[in-house]
Amino acid sequence: MTAFTYAPAPERVRPRLRERYGLFIGGRWTAPEDDRFMETINPADETRIADVAYGSTADVDRAVRAARKGYERWSALKPADRAKYVYRIARTITERSRELAVLESLDGGKPIRESRDFDVPASAAHFFYHAGWADKLEWAIRGGASPQPIGVCGQIVPWNFPLLMAAWKMAPALACGNAVVLKPAETTPLTALALAEIIAQADLPPGVVNVVTGDGATGAALVDHAGVDKIAFTGSTEVGKRIARSTAGSGKRLTLELGGKAANVIFADAPMDQAVEGIVQGIYFNQGHVCCAGSRLLVEESVHDEVVDRLTNRIRTLRLGDPLDKNTDIGAINSRVQLDKIRELVHSGIEQGATLVQAECELPARGFFFPASFFTNVHPSHRIAREEIFGPVLSIMTFRTPDEAIEKANNTPYGLSAGVWAAEGSKNMWVAQHLRAGVVWCNTFNKFDPSSPFGGYKESGFGREGGVHGLHEYLTLA
Amino acid sequence: MSATLVRVDAVMLEARAAELAKRSIKTSAKLAGIDIAIRCTDLTTLEGKDSEGRVRSLCAKARMPRPGWSGIPSVAAVCVYPNLVAVAKEALGGSGVKIASVATAFPSGLVDLDVKLADTAQAIAAGADEIDMVIDRGALLAGRDRLVADEIAAIKRLCGDVHLKVILETGELGSYEMTRRASDLALEAGADFIKSSTGKVGTNATFPTALLMCEALRDFYRKTGQRRGLKLAGGIRTTKQALTYLVIVNETLGNAWLQPDLFRLGASSLLDDLLMQFEKERTGHYAGADYIPKD
Repeated sequence: MTAFTYAPAPERVRPRLRERYGLFIGGRWTAPEDDRFMETINPADETRIADVAYGSTADVDRAVRAARKGYERWSALKPADRAKYVYRIARTITERSRELAVLESLDGGKPIRESRDFDVPASAAHFFYHAGWADKLEWAIRGGASPQPIGVCGQIVPWNFPLLMAAWKMAPALACGNAVVLKPAETTPLTALALAEIIAQADLPPGVVNVVTGDGATGAALVDHAGVDKIAFTGSTEVGKRIARSTAGSGKRLTLELGGKAANVIFADAPMDQAVEGIVQGIYFNQGHVCCAGSRLLVEESVHDEVVDRLTNRIRTLRLGDPLDKNTDIGAINSRVQLDKIRELVHSGIEQGATLVQAECELPARGFFFPASFFTNVHPSHRIAREEIFGPVLSIMTFRTPDEAIEKANNTPYGLSAGVWAAEGSKNMWVAQHLRAGVVWCNTFNKFDPSSPFGGYKESGFGREGGVHGLHEYLTLA
Repeated sequence: MSATLVRVDAVMLEARAAELAKRSIKTSAKLAGIDIAIRCTDLTTLEGKDSEGRVRSLCAKARMPRPGWSGIPSVAAVCVYPNLVAVAKEALGGSGVKIASVATAFPSGLVDLDVKLADTAQAIAAGADEIDMVIDRGALLAGRDRLVADEIAAIKRLCGDVHLKVILETGELGSYEMTRRASDLALEAGADFIKSSTGKVGTNATFPTALLMCEALRDFYRKTGQRRGLKLAGGIRTTKQALTYLVIVNETLGNAWLQPDLFRLGASSLLDDLLMQFEKERTGHYAGADYIPKD
């Protein structure tokens, strides 16, 4: 009998790449003042992809000044005309979707299946959605106040969803009439630079969008710049706290979308096979580099063994490897730094007495990879139960009653998302009401829509992105 | 007899099926998949206008789907109405291709049990190796699980070593939960195979339904250690669909299930597309439909 094994199915499209990327300031590509560049590498094979400009304080200053000029023109445009530009960005993203997907997977290591089916279409969807709001902002605001843009927005995005996070921030800012200085993550600048090309292609007035690549110091220069009216940051809680301190008293508006340690709560009456899919989706999506990942699994004690058994079987079918292979489920870890962090936390889990279960699979010889993993025998005091691992590692704990589930789920400094799995509708609703998290998914996980606000409680940040609530973060009420 | 209720949520079931449908099956995997799909095909004709001549030509195709091309296996079985079993038996003699017969008042199943038994007995007497029976969907929907299970058990007793495939007709069951319930019930009652559809109603085999039935078979195997089979039927016309079904089986039940003893695709026109795609994969260009013999 013939064995049915999947042949390699690599995505063959190669994006147009430059050897060296400058900074996109005032509608033009410019060299960095210090003439410093940094390499961006492919985490799947550790090879260099391109050189990217390192933006200094002086470059940030140029970008903010350009944005101020851009803002004057942009905010004076008729809202319906702004809508046309934003719509054009959305359309161009759609047209260049395949190239953007490959670029995202090359630079960040995520499977092409995800960048193709999630990141890129969701990014376009955010621009489409917000294009529609541009000339209807009065209806987004209660009480007949007149909504006005804020001014120059500094936007700092993380490396886990580079294009999508840029879209989440840029689309509402532009629709509301603001100008933007975007600082992409150090390890994943390429799709933001492609987005800058798209902005140029869409013929936005110069300075409305500026992209300054660099590292944490570049981001700090943007946060500290006196010409910035608002900072929007997605990233770690640690950096978020620093930003909150440095913007305090400056009059700058601030939204923070930070870490998470979401509880995914499985009741005994849950649709079990689908719940297992939800667990997989919750923790192994994007190698677990997801701030709203369902990284703490709380299972009703009576079904613990069954869930563990099913999950053990399920992770055997996950295909780890080349991010550009269309059948890859688990791609590369974004960077060596992140891989080391995951390894360190997993090590602590073993040290503290939890039981590690891993998918048996061969890891590629080069590149940063970590197999799909979970821990049983986890206690709430373990580091792996409290700290954000930001990798494909799940911590499984049990509960006996709904009250205990809630108590354990909320016992975290974070509060970004949560999941609940139960067949009984009233139980779903009761649990959802009592979970202190910005998003609660019932019998599903990681579902997003531009019309649905996203954001956290407690140390997961404040402010909302998406939907009507997200518009408020980019408007002042005159 | 009453199977424990297994909860099924449509949203995530369909999401998982859609994810599996996105597997990219190319080159050597595609050739292997086509080979398996042909070996697992129940080449079917179930029309009111079926005749002896039609069945004979179908049998010739079942033995040797494309004379002149090397490396094309025979299909698993030919599937016909009971009164054409004898004709198929004669035409397939010595080929190893099995004869499957629908029975139990296919496709509705709305006659008394003694008539169903007689129908089945006739097909077996005429030489059927496999029986494709239908369940009483009306009884199942009315909550009369016991009656449905007893009928399956009675037909299975009559069948003995003859392979019994139990058609759930999922397109009439109204919900995924009911499909899961019917699957569990049929397996507990002794079905050798569970089969999705008759091909006679609006909704036939679908990817989520196939996934759900695979889950039932997997759970049954894990509980009892017994491997039972899956047959998908109705509306399966393209190689792409067939390959997706193989993916669903492969990733839910495992490679061990991808053989005619445990997996069948009930179809009539699918074989032509499998042949065309096989030749395309081998030679790099498509053979026109006119190069594929019509049955």
